[in-house]
Amino acid sequence: MSDNVLIRVRDLKKYYNGDAIKALDGITTDIVHGEVVVVIGPSGSGKSTFLRSLNLLELPTSGSIEFDGAEITDPKTDINLHRQKMGMVFQHFNLFPHMTVLRNMTLAPIKLLKKPEAEAQEKARELLRRVGLADRAEAYPSQLSGGQKQRIAIVRALCMDPEVMLFDEPTSALDPEMVGEVLEVMKELAQMGMTMVVVTHEMGFAREVASRVIFMDGGQILEEGTPEEVFDHPKCDRLKTFLSKVL
Amino acid sequence: MAEWFNELAAEFKLNFIDGDRWKWLVQGLGNTLLITFFATLIGIIIGILVAAVRSTYDKNSESFAARGGFSWLLMRLVNGICNLYLTVIRGTPMVVQLLIMYFVIFASSTNDRLVACIAFGVNSGAYVAEIFRGGIMSIDNGQFEAGRALGFNYVQTMIFIITPQMFKAVLPTLCNEFIVLLKETSVAGYVGMMDLTKAGDLIRGRTFSAFMPLFAVALIYLVMVVILTKCVGILEKRLRKNER
Repeated sequence: MSDNVLIRVRDLKKYYNGDAIKALDGITTDIVHGEVVVVIGPSGSGKSTFLRSLNLLELPTSGSIEFDGAEITDPKTDINLHRQKMGMVFQHFNLFPHMTVLRNMTLAPIKLLKKPEAEAQEKARELLRRVGLADRAEAYPSQLSGGQKQRIAIVRALCMDPEVMLFDEPTSALDPEMVGEVLEVMKELAQMGMTMVVVTHEMGFAREVASRVIFMDGGQILEEGTPEEVFDHPKCDRLKTFLSKVL
Repeated sequence: MAEWFNELAAEFKLNFIDGDRWKWLVQGLGNTLLITFFATLIGIIIGILVAAVRSTYDKNSESFAARGGFSWLLMRLVNGICNLYLTVIRGTPMVVQLLIMYFVIFASSTNDRLVACIAFGVNSGAYVAEIFRGGIMSIDNGQFEAGRALGFNYVQTMIFIITPQMFKAVLPTLCNEFIVLLKETSVAGYVGMMDLTKAGDLIRGRTFSAFMPLFAVALIYLVMVVILTKCVGILEKRLRKNER
């Protein structure tokens, strides 16, 4: 079982201004292959910082992260190589505005994985078909709706054949009517067995798709378990108050 | 009316035709263009280097500091030198810099034009560097993070993702800087260079007629600036087409 661990996080801490602000205050958890971990919590709880630490967009103050058996928090590790296998989806999409959708998706496979252009494009078009955007390959991001942009962002990350997908509040910047189409893609991805870590406020998604829910506050994991355990039988008071406000 | 016209024609003949004085203007224009061209080139090269150092420092100081050691020390040293350069160049007048270059630093050089190119280039570089750095900083940090998250290293992210967007954003400001540079070269006469302005002034001194030569000089500058502005406008439009 322990061999199946994809990301091993040990006592992860992130302090700002010396130790005045503790964004992460000792996070320890294992993320197993094929697992869908949904992280919930109030704003400022450190859940985004936790997610962004997993691919070192945030440099932790102390603690360690092992990905695929390599300690990526070691400064000697080439983080760029490991990031190629960790797809990330941002709240604000972050598509490259000066490139077409197709170019957005093929840039990294061509430049980093040295894939032939035709092969990369074929894969990109196949992924676009799967998310129903085959006809937008030549469009520029400014011509797309929010929901379309986020679906493109997801398949852009998938073009690198990642082992894990990190989602940082992927639906928070979307119009309500566009949330569904993005969650649908994520649900499909989960069903295909992709390992996912999702920071979100979509409790319905968490309940339906998550294999494990983590509740964070004050930079710590206060409670974790299956969706039933967390949503139907919450143990700590902080979680009970939180749920009473969001459900 | 005819009388006025004849007077004008006589003025024209006196200032430009007699003694082949129009050749001075041509020669001066040649020098102005030469200095502007090479100063622009030097300015862009310095600007890219300094902006690269400064923005790398700003964006990566956290991770460099965490790693510590020699590379962090070097980074701080180079960044400090760049800051000193920007402060000195932007804090002193162009004419003073030109005089210092000509009479102190390159006092032994006999190549006037080369010294002028270097002086104007070094000056322009400081402004270009800050334009580029401002452009880089104006790009949403999410673009940078998206590049890094895909696995691009810092330099690749800069080349493929940030720089193309930055260039588009700074083009109007950059164009403005080159227009300023073109006109600024008119102080080259201070060190005895015969640029366009100096040529016009020489004609005035010889013919004791100010109107014709000075307005001719002004007109030539104006035409050059208008052409430059038009070219950049076309370039801008073509770059923008990509996004719609």
